Amino acid sequence: MTRSREIGRAGWGWTAFAGIIALIYFFPVMWIIMTAFKTRPDALAVPPKFFFTPTLDNFVGVFFRAVISGGGAAQATEFPLYFFNSIFIAGVSCLLALIIGTIAAYGFSRYPLKGNETYMFIILTTRMMPAIVVVIPIFLMFREIGLSGTYAGIIFLYTAFNLPFTIWMVRSFFDELNTEIEDAARMDGATERQLFFGICLPQVKAGLAATFVFGLILTWNEFLFALLLTGVDTRTVPVAMARTLGGEMGVDYGLLAAIVTLFLIPIFFVTFLLQNQLLRGVTFGTVRK
Amino acid sequence: MTTIDIKDVTKVYPNGFKAVERINLSVGQGEVMCLLGPSGCGKTTTLRMVAGLEDITEGECQIGGRRVNELLARERNVAMAFQFYALYPSLTVAENLKFPLHAEGRSQAEMDAKVRQVAKTLQLEGVLERKPAQLSEGEKQRVAVGRSIIRDPECFLFDEPLSRLDVTLREQMRGEIKEVLSGLSKATVIVTHDQLEALTMADRIAVMRAGIIEQVATPHDIFAKPANLFVAGFIGTPQMNLIPASFTGMDGGHGGFALPGGQKILLQIDPAVGRLAPGTGITLGIRPRNLEIMPEPVPDGLTLQVDIVEPMGAETLAHLSDGAQSMRVVCDWRVPIDESDRLHVRFQPGYVHVFGPDEQAVRS
Repeated sequence: MTRSREIGRAGWGWTAFAGIIALIYFFPVMWIIMTAFKTRPDALAVPPKFFFTPTLDNFVGVFFRAVISGGGAAQATEFPLYFFNSIFIAGVSCLLALIIGTIAAYGFSRYPLKGNETYMFIILTTRMMPAIVVVIPIFLMFREIGLSGTYAGIIFLYTAFNLPFTIWMVRSFFDELNTEIEDAARMDGATERQLFFGICLPQVKAGLAATFVFGLILTWNEFLFALLLTGVDTRTVPVAMARTLGGEMGVDYGLLAAIVTLFLIPIFFVTFLLQNQLLRGVTFGTVRK
Repeated sequence: MTTIDIKDVTKVYPNGFKAVERINLSVGQGEVMCLLGPSGCGKTTTLRMVAGLEDITEGECQIGGRRVNELLARERNVAMAFQFYALYPSLTVAENLKFPLHAEGRSQAEMDAKVRQVAKTLQLEGVLERKPAQLSEGEKQRVAVGRSIIRDPECFLFDEPLSRLDVTLREQMRGEIKEVLSGLSKATVIVTHDQLEALTMADRIAVMRAGIIEQVATPHDIFAKPANLFVAGFIGTPQMNLIPASFTGMDGGHGGFALPGGQKILLQIDPAVGRLAPGTGITLGIRPRNLEIMPEPVPDGLTLQVDIVEPMGAETLAHLSDGAQSMRVVCDWRVPIDESDRLHVRFQPGYVHVFGPDEQAVRS
């Protein structure tokens, strides 16, 4: 006779099993973070070292370059600017996409056009090919209009990239809402604008947060277009990171790992802040009704 | 004057579905009108047209004597309580109650006073600071009612107000709503599919089927004098017995009928039935509670076999049949009935309805 397991309790065995799997998945990230605290010999040691004396030199190295010839004071690097660029560009473009996308999604949901679903489909087709397909035309267009290397250019581009996803996500959130509530507000004298801002938006807050974070992660890590379309002043961290490869010392793995570790912090922070919203956002329809 | 007048109103949806067809209905001041009907009969559509949430395809709707077809919902000064309460989830109970007042541009103190007053009437004082998600079903229902009565609208609309409550709460709220409504003295329309709700709360009931109003009458008349077969079958539980028969002619003030199984029956009926031609196919209607169990066969009764006995507490429901037709009879619980008994039932005089071939009641 088999003993049926108590419902709602996985037990220590399964917990440990899940823990091991989680560890395997997390290992590359952990390895990078560990490398960030290693000296160069430690980072390159074979076999790899799990126990070492941690150092902060790599993090200092991200922001200050030791001047090799002639001694003298350390020179500040451009990395603060690159971090600012990454945060500014990703933040603004995701916010823009969220604002425009939410308004569009509300329109698609509440004031359907003739052939509404066709429009929705067309919006999605813009994301159906790999981004690299459009790299050359976009590069040429941007150069022609003078958007190459500007904040406006890359922000517009990322906003456009995020819009389809945003519209689709947010529209589904609006569709889930009980329209009786809007009818009630209409009866109670609310204008269409009050309906949108006062009644509908607060209800999809969690969904908006989830959409924002997903878009943010994609944009934060984008490399291809950032490489081609940003200039010296508007360069983002992924591009700057790639540029540290090579040079007279070869690949400085410690430095690279330190940049990656720093690069993880903002996105980690945002996701952590919004995690309750995120969970509610992605489970929207199931929890509400 | 707060009245609602619906004149020849038709609603056709863009997909061609005709939800409501040329209905006429007028609700007087202080009158509670129940729209009663099965799902999909157009009762909610009618309510939403009055509210201004659906366009009127044809016809005219007047509120307080003023044509409102072209007015937006918020311009009609109508309050409505919704089936799923439609409380604003991000606002507290107090803010929910206050919401309709914002549009009226009242002062903060005035609004707070109103909220307190309504909360007191509906016993919501303890939950004013809670969000709708933290309320019980009954409290949500009361907030929904409160939000509709807090203003001073021309009329009230309720869409299935009690359908989400459990039986005990429903009985209690039915009384409370009735009390609140009687204190308001406004034209009120309540949509429901629950006949008990309609019979208890309404001054008049409009029974709807497939977009058409079948009968408008007081609860008493709807029950006692159903206008046609549909209303007869729809109102009353257990359902009225509807027996197809053929009219054989009058016999000294009594009508003779032949039933499909060959039994004949002589009933005291409305004299108007005498105008029917003998041989006309009609339907006899009699409520299960108006059948009397007799010790032996009677001319104004039938003899049938008991199929199933369902005790219902104070009463017993028995299903009878004789092969050709089946009937239900309700009797006091103390009357002993056993399955496979043969029962003689008498049609109590004055309770027999006759419906003509056009399904309309034959009545003078």
